Amino acid sequence: MATLPRNEQDIIAQFGPQRAYAHGERLETDVVPDRLVKTHCCFCGQQCGIQLKVKDNTVIGFEPWYDFPFNKGMLCPKGVKRYLQGAHPDRLLTALQRDPASPGGFQPLAYTAAIERVAAEIERIQHEYGNNAFSIISGASLTTEKTYLMGKFAHMCLKTSHIDYNGRLCMVSAGAANKKAFGVDRSANPWQDMLHTDVVWISGANVAECAPITTSYVWQARENGAKIIVVDPRITPIARTCDLFLPIKPGRDIALFNGILHLMIKNDWLDHDFIERSTVGFDALAAHVQEWTPKRTAEVTGIAQRGIEQAAEWWGQAKTSFLMHARGIEHHTHGVQNVLGAINMVLASGRIGRPNCGYGTITGQANGQGGREHGQKCDQLPGARDLANPEHRAHIADVWGMDVAAMPQPGVDAYELFRKIESGEIRGMLSICFNPKVSLPDSDFIARMLDKLEFYVAIDFFLNDSARHADIVLPGSLQEEDEGTVTQVEGRVIKINRALDCPGEARQDWRIIQDIAKQLGRERGFTFTSPREIFDELRRASQGGIADYSGITYEKIEQQGGVFWPCPSVEHPGTPRLFEPGSWNPVAKGAGPFYFPDGKARFNVAPYTPPAEDVDAEYPLILTTGRVISQFLSGTQTRRIGPLVDQYPVPRIELHPQLATQLGIGDNDWITAESRRGAITLRAQVVRTIRPDTVFVPYHWAGRKSINRLTIAAQDPISKIPEYKVCAVRVFKAAGPPAYADELEPQQ
Amino acid sequence: MPVPEQYEFFIDPSRCIGCQACVQACSECDTHKGQSMIHLEYVNRAYTTQTVPVVCMHCDSPTCAEVCPADAIKKTGDGVVQTARKPRCIACNNCVLACPFGVPKMNTGAELMMKCDMCYDRTSEGKKPMCASVCPSGALAYGTRAEIMAQRQRSRPTNQFQFGRQTISTKVNMLLPREQHSEYVDVLSAMEDQGSGQDIFLMLHQD
Repeated sequence: MATLPRNEQDIIAQFGPQRAYAHGERLETDVVPDRLVKTHCCFCGQQCGIQLKVKDNTVIGFEPWYDFPFNKGMLCPKGVKRYLQGAHPDRLLTALQRDPASPGGFQPLAYTAAIERVAAEIERIQHEYGNNAFSIISGASLTTEKTYLMGKFAHMCLKTSHIDYNGRLCMVSAGAANKKAFGVDRSANPWQDMLHTDVVWISGANVAECAPITTSYVWQARENGAKIIVVDPRITPIARTCDLFLPIKPGRDIALFNGILHLMIKNDWLDHDFIERSTVGFDALAAHVQEWTPKRTAEVTGIAQRGIEQAAEWWGQAKTSFLMHARGIEHHTHGVQNVLGAINMVLASGRIGRPNCGYGTITGQANGQGGREHGQKCDQLPGARDLANPEHRAHIADVWGMDVAAMPQPGVDAYELFRKIESGEIRGMLSICFNPKVSLPDSDFIARMLDKLEFYVAIDFFLNDSARHADIVLPGSLQEEDEGTVTQVEGRVIKINRALDCPGEARQDWRIIQDIAKQLGRERGFTFTSPREIFDELRRASQGGIADYSGITYEKIEQQGGVFWPCPSVEHPGTPRLFEPGSWNPVAKGAGPFYFPDGKARFNVAPYTPPAEDVDAEYPLILTTGRVISQFLSGTQTRRIGPLVDQYPVPRIELHPQLATQLGIGDNDWITAESRRGAITLRAQVVRTIRPDTVFVPYHWAGRKSINRLTIAAQDPISKIPEYKVCAVRVFKAAGPPAYADELEPQQ
Repeated sequence: MPVPEQYEFFIDPSRCIGCQACVQACSECDTHKGQSMIHLEYVNRAYTTQTVPVVCMHCDSPTCAEVCPADAIKKTGDGVVQTARKPRCIACNNCVLACPFGVPKMNTGAELMMKCDMCYDRTSEGKKPMCASVCPSGALAYGTRAEIMAQRQRSRPTNQFQFGRQTISTKVNMLLPREQHSEYVDVLSAMEDQGSGQDIFLMLHQD
């Protein structure tokens, strides 16, 4: 296909994003709901418990769920207004096919005809070019049941290697580093362990805006006497009142971690017993960090030496601690090394696997944890097994009832899939829960690649920005229209409960996938009649694996307020805290608490390297990107919820007054940021809460307001995460407002 | 049913992260659906991310009611100051201008002053108000004094506020850092205290 079927404005006029506000029964007082459904928020990895008020197959509001242990009724504004995504004017109620003659560029198509067309195109492409010519991109906001089915669909039904997921932009650096250091990829502790620690260390995590409920844990720790250390290029709301703020230059996190470790060694702030008994590799690491003196650390990180020394003293002398990080240290070409640096600091302190001693990465998406465990990653099989491992392949082939020889080999990461479209290796794509045109870096390239596909089918409940390029769009389900499990930030498996039936011709996503399999004549293995049946197969598939769900049932989740994996038998209560002394895991088999044959954790030398594209005379400023609280990811949902749009309507470029003065820029001026890949014109927000060498832009918007048109597609060599957090730009005052200012509403 | 006496409302601006969950949830309250009664503002965004949430403080002697020419603003026996009564309110704005905390809002469409009624539909049934239920930072909290203070070792509650010569005591408590005492700063004291204008200026800028 080539280009969009109609111009952008025509598509927007028909399919949005339009803003929805409460009206009708949603505004009336004293409306008695038919029922309250206990479930969870559809947005981030905190997965707050919430009760949806349902009347006449519509969610009309919410009631706090005070008894759910993680959030106790708390919500952020996204959770409060999430119900407005239902009964939305933009909702897709039928399948669509591309039709430039129709006003919005698409015309409705009968569901069965759409499935026939999809199956026919998959068959044609795979027949002409081979199985791997058809690819799937999936997402970590889906339930674990759906992510399991997507992996099975790729590997068993389509027999393509080419499936990957949007956790590639999110959790993979943390995942890879956790596997290298601990042998397992899960937050090591329940958040309860944060409440009574001496020090809470937060690196590269805008907790207040991206994981709002975690704020209550951090503040409670502070009330109980903890010192809070925040490392970030910006004074985020969580940094505002912390005890020590380290304003790090973007991309220099390993240098800081190595510098802290240097001081821990120098002052003998080490747990020698733990290092001796439970780890390997310390000596090589100690030799490596010898050169990371406070002076050098300060030079590289751009943090005052005094701050580094103070942080090391507090961290070094603490008896208990909790370290958290998020995409701020992970979105780098050395994201894995950054995370390893953080873990080294934790291991050297010996403060892990005990009450009040914690470590965790903060998952971004609803199912950021569960979505990366059961086979939709390009190299993975269910139970956090490896697609390249013969034993793992045999186990899963047995559960699926397929010939192991026919199971494809590992594929490539989500970005590489688009490069394979360019090279002609991939000709067709199915996307679900992924909006790559907004969320991938250097996104003008992504848009061109979507146009180059011979056939592109998108499953979604709204026509997202990528789906505008599709040949066929299939109407999928909102979170509240289906049931299933997700695994939240702490590793707690919880249950999403269905509140509504799908409207119109829309279908639950797993039914759509099974309908395609059936149409292809490969129905075997895709005849589940409920998410519970999928979950029961997933339990068997995960049995004996690292992410062992075999002892988890829907009933147990309800009874216990969630179940932490691993949970290897129905009698097992689950495992809130990993790595406790004497704990058993399927790799160490009793040899020690960590997931290696000897049961010991690994120190990893984490050498410092600068970002892929450092600043220079031509592009002298660092661009870093992130989120705002009222929007979520690519904005497919939140840019359609009126009150959330109003809270932060359009992206702005944050810059320090020192820099603004130099550039002759005033607050609210139209300014242009330009990288080697693209340019964007937005209003300036001049604030003293950001480093003067760095500018910040949130990434939730599409098209001409999309900052990912500027970001760089450089990736970490291990995790393949893109370097969203650093690229080089120049900034200058714009001649006037951009054309879109008159053409588009804020959310469009 | 009155709001149970043992439950109190606490505001701690030092915890506020400016997320506006309270603002968004307030408009889900059944007594004024679609309208938020909370004020949440940046103190000075150019300098800081500090934000302050303001709900009605429910004064013991509510200035809004005292200045109301139509006697439209009533306090219930449990100390909750209610939104103006529709049949009486003449939309004169006196209350909006007089409230020392800047709480009441004039709904010009409805010609009615509206304000936080501490989620009367909820609190009178023993439930928490919407804002204090959802607040993810604990900047707004609702519970018994013993329960809240057990969690807030760093803070002390106050419900006495000084505006010029007016001392106001309120049902709602503000949490202040335990170690610091409240400063009383206003123009009058600077005028009447010889030379203290300069002192006050200095005091404000020392820290």
